[in-house]
Amino acid sequence: MIGGCRLHECNYTTQGNFHALNMALLMRKILGHIGLNPERLKIDFMSGSEGNVYVDVVNEFTSKIKELGPLGQSEGLVGKDLELKLKAVTNLVPYIRLVLNERLRVHFDTREEYEDFYSSEGLNRLFGELIIDKIAVSEIMLILRESPLTTGEMSKVLGLTPSEISRHLNSTARHGLVRFEDNKWRLAIA
Amino acid sequence: MTKKPRYVDETKCTGCTTCVEYCPVQYPDKFNQDISLNKAIHIYFSQAIPLVSYIDESCRYLKDKTCTICEAVCQNDAIDFSQQPEKRKINVGAIILSSGFEPFDPKLRADYGYGIYENVLTSMDYERLLSSTGPYEGEVLRISDKKQPKKIAWIQCVGSRQVLPGGNSYCSAVCCTYTQKQVILTMDHLTETECTVFHNDIRSYGKDFERFYERSEQLPGVRFIRSYVSIGKEDPVTKNVSIRYSTMDDGVKEEEFEMVVLSIGLNPPADAQAIADKYGIELSKHNFCQLNPENPMETSQPGIFVAGAFQGPIDIPESVFSASGAGSLCGELLSYRRGNLSREIVYPPEKDLSREEPRVGVFVCHCGANIGRIVNVPEVVEYCKTLPGVVHAQENLFACATNSAKEITDTIREKNLNRVVVAACSPRTLETLFRNTIREAGINQYYLDMANIREHNSWVHPKEKEAATVKAEDIIRMSVARARRLEPLQEFDLPVNKAALVIGGGIAGMNSAISIAKQGHEVYLVEKEEDLGGLARKIHTTLEGLDVQDYLEKLTKQVYRHPLIHVYTGTTVTDADGYVGNFVTSVESTRRGHIKIKHGATILATGAEVSVPDEYLYGEDERVMTHLELEEQIYADNEKIAEAQSLVMIQCVGCRNEDRDYCSRVCCSESIKNALKLKEINPEMDIYILFRDIRTYGLKEDYYREAADKNIRFIRYEQQDPPQVEPGESDEDGRPVLKVTLPDYVLEKKLELDADIVALAAAVVPAAETERIAKLFKVTLSPDGFFKEAHVKLRPVEFATEGVYLCGLAHYPKFISETISQAYGAAGRALTLLSHETVTASGAVCEVDEDKCLSCGACISACNYGAIEFHETAKGRKATVNPVLCKGDGLCNTKCPTGAIQLKHFTDAELLSQIDALVREEESVEAVAALAANA
Repeated sequence: MIGGCRLHECNYTTQGNFHALNMALLMRKILGHIGLNPERLKIDFMSGSEGNVYVDVVNEFTSKIKELGPLGQSEGLVGKDLELKLKAVTNLVPYIRLVLNERLRVHFDTREEYEDFYSSEGLNRLFGELIIDKIAVSEIMLILRESPLTTGEMSKVLGLTPSEISRHLNSTARHGLVRFEDNKWRLAIA
Repeated sequence: MTKKPRYVDETKCTGCTTCVEYCPVQYPDKFNQDISLNKAIHIYFSQAIPLVSYIDESCRYLKDKTCTICEAVCQNDAIDFSQQPEKRKINVGAIILSSGFEPFDPKLRADYGYGIYENVLTSMDYERLLSSTGPYEGEVLRISDKKQPKKIAWIQCVGSRQVLPGGNSYCSAVCCTYTQKQVILTMDHLTETECTVFHNDIRSYGKDFERFYERSEQLPGVRFIRSYVSIGKEDPVTKNVSIRYSTMDDGVKEEEFEMVVLSIGLNPPADAQAIADKYGIELSKHNFCQLNPENPMETSQPGIFVAGAFQGPIDIPESVFSASGAGSLCGELLSYRRGNLSREIVYPPEKDLSREEPRVGVFVCHCGANIGRIVNVPEVVEYCKTLPGVVHAQENLFACATNSAKEITDTIREKNLNRVVVAACSPRTLETLFRNTIREAGINQYYLDMANIREHNSWVHPKEKEAATVKAEDIIRMSVARARRLEPLQEFDLPVNKAALVIGGGIAGMNSAISIAKQGHEVYLVEKEEDLGGLARKIHTTLEGLDVQDYLEKLTKQVYRHPLIHVYTGTTVTDADGYVGNFVTSVESTRRGHIKIKHGATILATGAEVSVPDEYLYGEDERVMTHLELEEQIYADNEKIAEAQSLVMIQCVGCRNEDRDYCSRVCCSESIKNALKLKEINPEMDIYILFRDIRTYGLKEDYYREAADKNIRFIRYEQQDPPQVEPGESDEDGRPVLKVTLPDYVLEKKLELDADIVALAAAVVPAAETERIAKLFKVTLSPDGFFKEAHVKLRPVEFATEGVYLCGLAHYPKFISETISQAYGAAGRALTLLSHETVTASGAVCEVDEDKCLSCGACISACNYGAIEFHETAKGRKATVNPVLCKGDGLCNTKCPTGAIQLKHFTDAELLSQIDALVREEESVEAVAALAANA
């Protein structure tokens, strides 16, 4: 949970709460994409004197998290699968920051506008182009690091169609990141 | 001066309060309004300075020498019954009288039942009930049965706005808002309780007060009822008290309440006359200090100044800036001796410990009972000893007390500690003190971490002692984890340019400039208009009768004649650069062209404007004008005004609404001033003032009464049903008039007034330039568009941006006397900076690891202070931080893709280690096991 001063009521000239909101909404989008409930990340704004609001928000979030249970459990994403997804995203953090800085540096006046933006068609397209593919590639790189696999095997592990896998492989091979292993139709880290 | 004996040696007492425990004399606790008991020997209150005990007159030894238990139990031999009153003579060059006020005593008026009915309290009593150091430790309980009240009533204006024997005719200026605060705090304590406020006008005239009022009014279970009340009887069994009040719809009602709070007003100090005689100063008719209208900090005696509520009933911000202003006036007299009594603190040389293994010492503070009452401190101390890296842990009664500080320094030396964790209160209050404490031991001040187990723990979990103890351990464990990774950081000193820049040449700017110049500093005074004077040029007199134009002329002459003040009229600011102590501001003058000014301090006094109304036919009918235009016309001897048969004033035009959710503060008095003047010119004139709440706060209330006495008619309207103005003809004589209609709530019908002139109390709005100036000087604005001070109560003339100060209408609408007071206040704060040779830059600033920097520039565009730039290196273009400009907000850290830029003292490694320590080791093992089982 992330708490901050009310929007437009920043004590300094930084107005960092807008930046935090933007980043949190993108992270919620990513959580949803990798199969975790986005409700697990909450951002809310309140003033220093609103102790009651703070208590309400924390209590609400606590009961939500208790209801959802341990990370991934209610979503059916556990063990190695969960670890793989989290690791794939963590490895992408530098890239995600670049995307935030370069392509998603938006500024709106209200939280509603930010939320509208993050559920808009345009954002979904951008998200697909900029983030989804990269996460898939990041996952492919991680599983290949463990052992060489065929496209079919990878498609099973990652839950992607073989054609999607090949598309990602083409681009990664082009960048020299993966190679075919000894004509066995298996791929390995280059 | 006579210093009363304390019977306790201040230098020996540690404030341990063992003596208090053993003292056999129970005596009503004065600080807690006599509600609970204290002992004959006690500490007056929990933040007293010095925090040591004293013995009062209820002591048995002092009465008949029958007891000396305290002497026997004091481990430090601090009790000294031989103390006598001590006479001291001090030679001074100036005196500030800040003797405060005396709360009104409602016992003077038996009809309130105070002192007779147990559950009738004063607001001061109630304030103590709300306090965690109060009689019931912060629980709101009835005195009669110690039960939580379910229905509480507040009665406003007790002792204020009353021309009855024992009452004060003036308004006490603070009660409306303190009552709203008490209502909000009550609802925090007791969510189920109903709160009812019986009030007259709601006077939320201060900055953000209107929003505050709305917030309290909208809480569930809260009623604001506009009615005079009388206290009925007390139920002999329940001890509930009944109140009679009148309502618009149902006539007089009687209702029972479980507790009644009297919102008592502010009286002059009880010994005001004695003070006046001693210092040879004059008092006003209300027995407050008689103030010089041209300088409200000046008494009738040169060299003797007054600050705070002895000036009259005022709120905290006005009190603070009058104090700072009085300080500045003393500086004008004594600046040539500045610094003569100060001593430089010399710290021992710092040891280089950067290569040593962390040796952490943990000091867990009881904070008297604040922490110790909830958290099992000895248990926490034992736990701390088991934490990795901790070589010493101990408890302290008050870690902040002088003797504890010494103990901490000694322990650091003895045990070779190189990291210190103080588990106590918020670092906001005492971090500086503890940093100095560890510096005394020769270790770097950034080797300190504070674990907040008071605000974040004991204060919020008073009912869960065990859980709070565990939480204290958690917080300290995290703090220790961070402390182990802390690095030594250096602060550095930069020279201060001794000149000041004042922007805005109105009354605020001119007074600031004069006070700074009189203390020997050069001042650049920049005004965008061709003439000095600002908005005051449109004002002819104050309500109290000061000739404003005459005053302005004197002030302007003083400014032009002072050799250290450089006036630039017709000049605007184009650019601002630099930082505290070393600003460079570019201005554009119509006559002198482009100029760069170097200065150490900046005062923004850019003023405000009167809004242009877009309602009530303003701009369409020449008989409709603003209150300021009316004043100009009165003094221009406009016959149409002087001969008007009927004049209607409409208050709150363009404010206290959705767009401008604030009160313009001055308009009620402005309208009454005009009305009184018009009555003087033409006693036959019918004058109506249509208002929502009349806000003649403080001593201005007398003029409201005078106006009512002179038959000026005050008619209240509601926001949702404002008056209507349209051209028409008088029913009496057929003359063309403006017909003003509004509902009459008393007679329940439409009221129709014929007006020859309609004057609108138009809102005071921020000057058009405010936003641009704010951006240039990197300061912030409040939601209403006025400058935002660093703290609305405690730092009302400073910005969060160091070295930049504010005063006058740019801060918020206010009267001329308040503006002058704030202008001197700003000068006083600026002097505190300018009188130093250097400023110190923090060590907790950002730093770039050039090997990781990709030169993407994300940090540069994120920084609001212009602290980051590219520079050329052998490895190409890299970002670099100017540590003086960096404010340490860390926004750049979140933007950097590679983590190349880090905020020192809050590095990722430090913060992540702290977060990792959130989960106890045994718990994290369990969690991993659970995860594995799931897989």
